[in-house]
Amino acid sequence: MLARDFLRNKILLARPGESLYRHRLPVRLTHWINALCILFLLGSGLNIFNAHPRLYWGKYGADADRAFLSIGAVDRDGRTDGVTQVGPWRFNTTGFLGWSKRQGDDVARGWPDWVTIPSFQDLADARHWHFLFAWLLVFNGLAYLSWSLFSRHLQKDIVPTADDIHAIARSLADHIKLKHPTGEAAKRYNPLQRLAYLGIIVLISLMVATGLTMSPGFDAVCPWLLDLFGGRQSARTIHFISASLIVLFAVIHLLEVVLAGPINEVRSMLTGRYVVPKEHRQ
Amino acid sequence: MTTARDITRRAAILAGFGGAGALIWNVNNLTLNPSFSRVFRAVEDWTRMSQRLLLRSGQLAREYSVADISPIFKPNGTFNPGGEEYDTHVAQNFVNWRLKIGGLVQHPMSLSIAELRQLPSRTQITRHDCVEGWSAIGMWTGVQLGLLLKAAGLAGSARYAVFHCADNLSGEPAKGGEQSPGQYYESIDLVDAFHPQTLIAYNLNGKPLGVPNGAPLRLRVERQLGYKQAKYLQRIEITDSFRKIAGGYGGYWEDRGYEWYAGI
Repeated sequence: MLARDFLRNKILLARPGESLYRHRLPVRLTHWINALCILFLLGSGLNIFNAHPRLYWGKYGADADRAFLSIGAVDRDGRTDGVTQVGPWRFNTTGFLGWSKRQGDDVARGWPDWVTIPSFQDLADARHWHFLFAWLLVFNGLAYLSWSLFSRHLQKDIVPTADDIHAIARSLADHIKLKHPTGEAAKRYNPLQRLAYLGIIVLISLMVATGLTMSPGFDAVCPWLLDLFGGRQSARTIHFISASLIVLFAVIHLLEVVLAGPINEVRSMLTGRYVVPKEHRQ
Repeated sequence: MTTARDITRRAAILAGFGGAGALIWNVNNLTLNPSFSRVFRAVEDWTRMSQRLLLRSGQLAREYSVADISPIFKPNGTFNPGGEEYDTHVAQNFVNWRLKIGGLVQHPMSLSIAELRQLPSRTQITRHDCVEGWSAIGMWTGVQLGLLLKAAGLAGSARYAVFHCADNLSGEPAKGGEQSPGQYYESIDLVDAFHPQTLIAYNLNGKPLGVPNGAPLRLRVERQLGYKQAKYLQRIEITDSFRKIAGGYGGYWEDRGYEWYAGI
């Protein structure tokens, strides 16, 4: 025990920055459960999407109706191409969307096997995984939101202050220059961080709401959801767009973790302990 | 101080990540594992009970206006049951088609299309949501199932209405390799059977049902997905359990892994 304490003190004292308890247990726990849910929901969602890889806008939409996005396989002079259509544009997406390899064979499927859960195409099974993790996401999200409101984490740490709003442009410039806050400024979430975390809360809520709008049973409970999103097929499209934005968030989030110091950042989300980066010398 | 608490925490973190990793690594095997499917069944039960609770006052599915009707109502599954018998019915314009109601009822019935058309009808413009993701809006006219069931008089032990259809869709293998006949069938409980929008429909968009959409009769259960809307209806069996029918899960697609409760 003495040796451990010595090591710990030495490491901490030897570091230029002080350390603080940044993420409380409810945040850490719900963060990782949420990450797992999102991983499963994205994978199973893409498998479900493959059952009908077309998106529409409005109250209805099926094969005979105009799709603003569609993924398919097209035969051309003896060879098959994966073709993705977005509005008036068509892209050859062979190997990824529409026509890809599965266990060495070429197969016609929207999203390839390495991004779907399960990797084989099965709508029934994908739906099982999707609803299992959808319920977990909802309970986990409600736990996080109620704790955050009650402890004022949401109001104090997430919702941007007036100063944060004014500092958005500067914060954006800092992020682009890969300059991360240090010293006192590193003890709180920076303006873009606040916006991003607030944004992900909004996006996940939107995922749940548009997901429920696709349920014929839930539509009978809350028909106003259909009006809010402009119809069931619009809700399905918004569900897909929100999922894409969550992927974008996750990519930037992981990139920032790496840029800001992966060990310190990941440790702070595991144990709560965060070492404040040293102040820049002017 | 590094304490027992720190070590417990370390173990918990490792266990958590180990568990999540194992789950992701084995996701395909777990999907196909019959004992793991109990987890999925529990989720389905939870979804069904939640929706039943929220729908306890018998809310109606949204009804649309004529302007909202899909130009083409997409048929799916069977487009034509075919076979000598069905083809004869098509040629005779279904004059000899009978809908039989039997099982746990006091007065078994056998009704012709003409007889059904003479009964009080309901017309509703509703949205059909396929489990695959697409939707089509159509105007349905038919007899409320509740009306027929009241006339037949249900026995006290009645719990489900099972719909036997004329189409055989044997293309898809049953779940887990177990064989189940390809004859299409479906089942709903009495909550849905007596819902005012649950119809035995004979018209789509003001015209007799076409063959691809289920001629001469199809079920409408508006708060559930498309595969519950059984087509080519021949017989309604009132029963206390569907465990002994076909694959035992209450429907053609249910025998192939889909949820019996298709409200989501």
